[in-house]
Amino acid sequence: MMRFVASRRAVDRALFLGPATILLALFFLVPVLVDVAIAFTDMGRNLKVTTFTTENVERMLGGDRRLSHVMLVTLTYVMCTLAIFNVGYGLLLSLLTTALPDRAGAFFRAVWFLPRMSPSVVYALLWSWVVAPTDYGLLNQALGALGVAPIDLKSNAPMLVVVLANGFVGASFGMIIFTSAIRSIPQHLFHAARVDGAGGLSLVRHITLPAIRWQISFVTIYQALSLMVSFEYIWLLTNGGPFFDTTVYALYVYRRAFENGQYAYGAALALGLVVIGVSVAMILWRFFDMRALLQKPRIEVG
Amino acid sequence: MSRIELRQVSKRWGDVTAVEPTDLVIEDGEFVAILGPSGCGKSTTLFMLAGIYVPSEGEIRFDKAVVNEVEARDRNVGIVFQSYALYPHMTVRDNILFPLRFKKIPQHEAQFRATAAAALVRVEELLERKPGQLSGGQQQRVALARALVKEPQLLLLDEPLSNLDASLRMTMRSEIRALQRKLGVTTILVTHDQIEATTMADRVICMSKGRIEQIGSADDLYHRPDSLFVASFIGSPPINRIEGRAEGGRFLAGTIALPLRGAAAGDVVLGVRPEALRLGEGDLSAMVTDIEPHGREAIYHLTTPLGELRALEAGATPRFAVGARLPVAIASSLVFDRISGRRVAGATLEAGI
Repeated sequence: MMRFVASRRAVDRALFLGPATILLALFFLVPVLVDVAIAFTDMGRNLKVTTFTTENVERMLGGDRRLSHVMLVTLTYVMCTLAIFNVGYGLLLSLLTTALPDRAGAFFRAVWFLPRMSPSVVYALLWSWVVAPTDYGLLNQALGALGVAPIDLKSNAPMLVVVLANGFVGASFGMIIFTSAIRSIPQHLFHAARVDGAGGLSLVRHITLPAIRWQISFVTIYQALSLMVSFEYIWLLTNGGPFFDTTVYALYVYRRAFENGQYAYGAALALGLVVIGVSVAMILWRFFDMRALLQKPRIEVG
Repeated sequence: MSRIELRQVSKRWGDVTAVEPTDLVIEDGEFVAILGPSGCGKSTTLFMLAGIYVPSEGEIRFDKAVVNEVEARDRNVGIVFQSYALYPHMTVRDNILFPLRFKKIPQHEAQFRATAAAALVRVEELLERKPGQLSGGQQQRVALARALVKEPQLLLLDEPLSNLDASLRMTMRSEIRALQRKLGVTTILVTHDQIEATTMADRVICMSKGRIEQIGSADDLYHRPDSLFVASFIGSPPINRIEGRAEGGRFLAGTIALPLRGAAAGDVVLGVRPEALRLGEGDLSAMVTDIEPHGREAIYHLTTPLGELRALEAGATPRFAVGARLPVAIASSLVFDRISGRRVAGATLEAGI
């Protein structure tokens, strides 16, 4: 009888956990293992493996002179987009729209959510038109009305275009999270602070920001990681160019592997990105003291 | 310290009127309580005084100066919220210092005043703790210290004791009362608890449905209520209400007729306090259906020809048992007009019924 119960329990476990485990293994674990394996081969465009080698890793760690430039581009791109838009502008939007009457606030949030809902190809195309170097580009039309000569933003300031395009999409994520966080702050705290003498900006500084500290930390970590591995808008807008000026790490992996056909080196680079991503996540986790968030409070707050 | 005056002050939210046009004067240094059930407009009134809500109409004056347009932060008002509203990320010290941060006060003086305020409510041991590490009573004291540290001209207390347990509530009642006497600050307490209102305040303002029903001392409200609402709201167990008619010097209810004086003919409600029912006397027949012993006294549930009545009798052990039949007398009573709910002044049953 006991043995029957025990085996029954094991079957239940397998039934409940099995499907998810298989999916996780298939789509997360296996690709990493395949990537690691390929990184130590000489696989090229013909997909043939003739020998196992550490050449790719050596090239990544020392031989690739382009890589340091790519890293710098990535750092600029991630830092600017994250600080100015995904966290900074998202926070500003949530503060402003929650200060507005409900309907007006919802309207502006919906407007800022549009880029996220539109297909990335369409969105990138719209940006291409905005910054088109001819007289007909939206930006140049606006400048023309002011009597300024047309400019070619995509060639002269490609990083600016890339950051703007990504930032306009990215801001909505923080905006939504921060808005719901601000909404959940008890109203009486604002009342108390106003009676205590706080003005608008003091309320933000002393009540709102401390109350949504965890959400700000979370959005920063999460968005830093997703910015590091995403490149679709850059690829669609500038294809990493001109030359390598907007080629971020993830796009560099793609270009090496699929444009140059160096699959093995691409795999090694991807492995490097995983290591960097995990390290950055751990550093930020420490920096924001996220562990404290997951701890139970010592005393129930009534 | 200041004298507070409301002139025809009202507050509407769209079509809903939270506070009807209200006149009220609170003297300098006075301690008044606004008492009423939830939704009666008492907290709205308080928030208008604090400057959190702007009145729809009328004038609020602090010492003759109209403050309607004065922002909350410029009113020099201290407020203690029902939830205490302590800033959770700040230590107790920073919480108490917070109101001083916005005044041009030198750092050492601010520190001195914060420590003094903490000592006043006896939380000086807790200055480095966070609100989450305090008990309800301690949080309450810190909230008081924060409200008092800026030496407000008006202290507002919004249901400050409702989250405390019964014994702590009693302690805090007398402490707040003593503190108010010592500081002499004009204080307004909002509460739905009649004991709190009557024991702490000099005057009680009884509100219902956005209107002031009556202003008076505990004695006024209990023995001379202006309306059936006040009579029913004040007193525990509540007053017995007997509906009937006044006609030809008699009170008629069902088959019963009792001699009544001072009331014109019409529909009336007779209000009888539970302690005004005398058990074992008179000639109203009653049967005991239930007894609630309270130790010092007992509450009897009676079935009488006038309906279900509750009687209160002092004494450690109940004199009658459930099921007992006994005569009951009405020693005193109040008479209310059934339509308007107002008390008919001077009307009462003839004594000794």
